[in-house]
Amino acid sequence: MSMLEVAGLGHAYGGVDAVSDVSFVVEPGELVCIVGPSGCGKSTLLRCIAGLLPPTRGTVSLHGDRVVGVPSDLAVVFQDYSRSLLPWRTVAGNVEFPLRDRGLSTVERRSRVEEALSWVGLSEAAGKHPFELSGGMQQRVSIARALAYRPALMLMDEPFASVDAQTRADLEDLVLTVRASAGMTVLLVTHDIDESVYLADRVLVLSQSPATVVETLKVDLSSPRDQITTRGTDTFVRLRTEIARQIRR
Amino acid sequence: MPFVRKLAGLVGFLLLWEAAGRLGLVDARVLPPPSEVLVRFGLLFTDRGFVAGAVSTVLSWAIALLCATVLGVGVGLLLGSVPALRLITMPVIEFLRPLPSVALIPLAIALLGTQAQTKIVLGVFAATWPILLNTSYALGEVDPRLLETVRCFRVSRWRRLVGVTLPSIGPFVLTGVRISASIALIAIVGTEFLAGGSIGLGQYAFVQGTSGGRMDVVLAATVFAGLFGCLVNAGFLAVQRRWVSWGSVASSSGEVAA
Amino acid sequence: MRWWVRVAVLLGALVVWQLVSVLAANPYFPPPLRILEAAARLWPSAHFTADVLPSLARVFGGWAAASVVGVAFGVALGRSRALADYFEFVFTFLRTLPPPLLVPVFMLVFGISTEMEVVTIAFGTVWPVLLNAVDGARSVDPVLADTARVFRLSRARWIFGVVLPAAGPKIFAGLRVSLSIALILMVISEVVGATSGIGYQLGTAQGASDLPGMWAWIALISLLGYLLNRGLLAVEHRALAWSRP
Repeated sequence: MSMLEVAGLGHAYGGVDAVSDVSFVVEPGELVCIVGPSGCGKSTLLRCIAGLLPPTRGTVSLHGDRVVGVPSDLAVVFQDYSRSLLPWRTVAGNVEFPLRDRGLSTVERRSRVEEALSWVGLSEAAGKHPFELSGGMQQRVSIARALAYRPALMLMDEPFASVDAQTRADLEDLVLTVRASAGMTVLLVTHDIDESVYLADRVLVLSQSPATVVETLKVDLSSPRDQITTRGTDTFVRLRTEIARQIRR
Repeated sequence: MPFVRKLAGLVGFLLLWEAAGRLGLVDARVLPPPSEVLVRFGLLFTDRGFVAGAVSTVLSWAIALLCATVLGVGVGLLLGSVPALRLITMPVIEFLRPLPSVALIPLAIALLGTQAQTKIVLGVFAATWPILLNTSYALGEVDPRLLETVRCFRVSRWRRLVGVTLPSIGPFVLTGVRISASIALIAIVGTEFLAGGSIGLGQYAFVQGTSGGRMDVVLAATVFAGLFGCLVNAGFLAVQRRWVSWGSVASSSGEVAA
Repeated sequence: MRWWVRVAVLLGALVVWQLVSVLAANPYFPPPLRILEAAARLWPSAHFTADVLPSLARVFGGWAAASVVGVAFGVALGRSRALADYFEFVFTFLRTLPPPLLVPVFMLVFGISTEMEVVTIAFGTVWPVLLNAVDGARSVDPVLADTARVFRLSRARWIFGVVLPAAGPKIFAGLRVSLSIALILMVISEVVGATSGIGYQLGTAQGASDLPGMWAWIALISLLGYLLNRGLLAVEHRALAWSRP
């Protein structure tokens, strides 16, 4: 069974379509990127999938169950890390926070926090508060928080749009390694064509607003990927050109 | 829709109050129902004692607020721009500010009598602090990059003050004045309340309440003061939105930097 | 500011005050040493248990009650648009009523009693806390609210773990304003409607034309206001340590 199935999804704000008719599936263990021009309705689409926003038309199903409201085994990493972390809790406190309502024992919670923090390389910073960290580190905290939650599906909404180029490359590699070790299914939304090709197993290209899927591209790049060599391969260049052309259309 | 709800809330509140009085849940002599208070409110304006008191209170309030604004902004600018002065005055201010103006009432009455100058002086004392502190605080908050930018264009000192500094601190100062407006009213009414033989809303309510037991009159006078306060506050908010809309209009209560 | 600078400045101010008042020799402005003499006579005496403690209890009682009610109500109103709409007109109006005017009403209801003073203080201090709590609860970042929904936080943890801390800075600002209003109302209600308390003693000293005594009580009120404010700031500093980068 597919992990995620989106069928005929549409959303309109006050009669104006933001997302018109989107259908796709995500298989378990896949990393799928949705790429589209700025303001095309990507975030609206993601909010509908997360159950934060009821779609106007169509359905979203998470391993076969229709999504109504936020499902219990889904996590979201938002673009604004500084606004999605609790400033009054430490790094470990932030990661642990959503685990409290899942009925886990203290020991289990602690071990999950430690594991998630070591995956993102922040074990040392467990006792710090968000304001003491750089932007890239803060975003790693929110990734750790999502990992510790152990969702079946992790949604990422432009997760690296607010960090500098070097941090961005580091975080991209972090997502690839963490996803390999945690065996996570990831759906990532971005406006950056290169990023989508670099990260994804499959890229869905969205049109201008109202968004529809205009193309699905399989990314047949070998793993593990490397920031320098992967980006220089012919396949990479061919794919990014293809996507750029689709978006321009 | 929100307006309907707001109105429904008010009407519901009045109905509940009315019902409580009519059904004898509360003693109508202690808390007269709103219908009686409203009638009394209308009749207040034919009562010479009330009209004289209201005029005296409102005038004293206006004078006190004006003095406090001039004093608060002037001293605030001085303290905000001369660090040495701030250093030697701040400890004293820290002790004076928490001193409630009403504690000075006995002294002020002994010194100045029960005339209007007493309540004006105490109103000024109470109302100056928020303006003064907001002004000096705001000076520290002017974006240094903005000042540097302007200096790069070799703008004169005077125009830097008038064109950059004052507009930057405007919203803060106005918020201070708005807080002070209600504090001045409390201080003035409180002074009248405690100063026997004075003229004003506070003394009027005191006499009607304690010697006459006329709670309907007391409440009607309170309603008048409340409406006056609402109007003033709404006026300040309108001014803030109209003329200093670039600054974030501080919270509805405005106690942000208080 | 260093503490010794503070102390030095205050001592300097006292010396200047002493010199000026001795030179002026105005009976209304006794020199600080005379006030200190009166304070030494009045503060530690029977007045401490009979007047100072009751006054403090009234301030704390009224202020604490107002804080609890204000925060609870404020958070509820801040998170529910509909609820806030229903109460908007009523609260806008109630909060502008000058509390001293209501003292006769409270006096008739509760008589000359501690209840009257506590209710007066609570009524006057609840508004700044309430309105700031509403503001604070409303200001929870939408991204944070989405995050809480995504992680399916329980209602209690949403309120106590997210909304209350987020509203914390605003609530403390409201508490500070309330504290100064509490002192004002303590004095007013005690001068007219009490048989004990600092305000009552202030009125008594006035009646007896005991000017150094009056000044001593005024100084005590100022000192209490200063100390309470400092204490609150210390609590705030600890509670909101996370908000200072």
